[in-house]
Amino acid sequence: MAINKDSNGYTFAFAITLVVAVGTILALLATGLKGRQDRNEEVKKQLDILSAMMDVDKKGSEIDRSNAEEKFKKFVDLDKAIVLNNKGEVLEGVYDVKGNVVEGKAFDVDIRKEFKDKKRKAEHRNYPLFLGEDEKGKTLYVMPVIGNGLWGPIWGNICLGTDMNTIKGASFGHKGETPGLGAEISQKFFINGWVGEMLTDKEGVFAPFKVVKDNSGATTESKVDGITGGTITSKGVEEMANRCLEVYATHFNNLKTK
Amino acid sequence: MSEALENKKAPKEPLFSKKNKKLVTEPLTDNNPVTIQVLGICSALAITVQVEQGVVMGGAVLFVLVLGNLIISLLRNLIPSRIRIIVQLVVVAALVIIVNEVLKAFLPDVSEKLSVFVGLIITNCIIMGRFEAFAMANKPWPSIMDGIGNGLGYAGLLILVAFFRELFGSGSLYGVKLLGSNIPGEEWGLYTMGYVNNNMMILPPMALIIVGIIIWVQRSRNKSLVEEH
Repeated sequence: MAINKDSNGYTFAFAITLVVAVGTILALLATGLKGRQDRNEEVKKQLDILSAMMDVDKKGSEIDRSNAEEKFKKFVDLDKAIVLNNKGEVLEGVYDVKGNVVEGKAFDVDIRKEFKDKKRKAEHRNYPLFLGEDEKGKTLYVMPVIGNGLWGPIWGNICLGTDMNTIKGASFGHKGETPGLGAEISQKFFINGWVGEMLTDKEGVFAPFKVVKDNSGATTESKVDGITGGTITSKGVEEMANRCLEVYATHFNNLKTK
Repeated sequence: MSEALENKKAPKEPLFSKKNKKLVTEPLTDNNPVTIQVLGICSALAITVQVEQGVVMGGAVLFVLVLGNLIISLLRNLIPSRIRIIVQLVVVAALVIIVNEVLKAFLPDVSEKLSVFVGLIITNCIIMGRFEAFAMANKPWPSIMDGIGNGLGYAGLLILVAFFRELFGSGSLYGVKLLGSNIPGEEWGLYTMGYVNNNMMILPPMALIIVGIIIWVQRSRNKSLVEEH
């Protein structure tokens, strides 16, 4: 073997070959699988909205990836879905990055991307509102929310009942919260803390939520029990819910006073 | 060239020779990657709150370690020694990303569960440690055995630590409520008698203490493991 493995030339050649090879493999893989992955993302979005509306694990009405699309069509009416601006006013379309109202659909609004996008001003974020119905035909309102946890973004869907005030259900998701601690926000016991809470107080004013540590969440209004060891994530959920839900509360208030 | 000569001289070793078997069994006990080699402690603290996560993480590390050891071992005579650490890092990162992308496309539910572990796997020192200490100097087959042994040793320890933390911290094992339920309004089991979960178990310091106790027990049972000062 004449090649000197310790020579600069060999080292450079090896490094370049390795990087090109690995880069090619990853690029091919990413483009090849993109279609399937996007498809999965869309189904996941439907699944998240559905699980905020109803108990998807309940016997008899189990919903998973295989039947999510069919159930979504049945329970959610995308034609009635609207997009709000941050003042709670209904938009005739959606905001683009620059703040112009362009044509677009509520379901296609990617709130995670908009939240992360530094070029987009906070007042140009879109707030989609989905209308659906439960198994008995009662109208439900699903409000997507987005915020920051400890390690990365957290998101969720919060569902209101026909009175546009009582929380009927919720679903939370996260990108990389600590397993067993912050990641528990997606678990049933945390979500149950939100069910039954009111969006507004008796005068119809938006009542901010508080995530508490003293176990008083189960009884007191507008208080939700946090997660032990997941304080920052719990606080993140609180901030996310209050910031996003206020917009929707304004919209509902406008509807009621009209 | 030198490689070829070596092959001729050494008699062919059977696949499951004593030496190869030892590569699998030693890391399970007397050469455990976490308690003896002190590798991968950080992830052992982070994700041992629940047994299920220990199993998932253990499985993922086992998979990446075996495959990575194999790749590094195949490349070992080609890798320039000055950039070997970077090459090892590239191999781990590429492997983990490939696995994650494929899972995202074909098994999205598994991928969701694993997504939080991806960063932890790439930075897990067990993987880099085994690449550097073993795969760089050994043939592919022993490297695979070494990967299996260390992966299992790591997974075993995670599950052991998680067992104590989940049982005493959450009163459950693998998500099954063993001691009853403490959800207000529907209490049953031990909680009706005033039993309370030890919240300290859920916090990371307790993982360190449990790992410490395991190290202590292990070394007092086998004095040869105690380091000389």
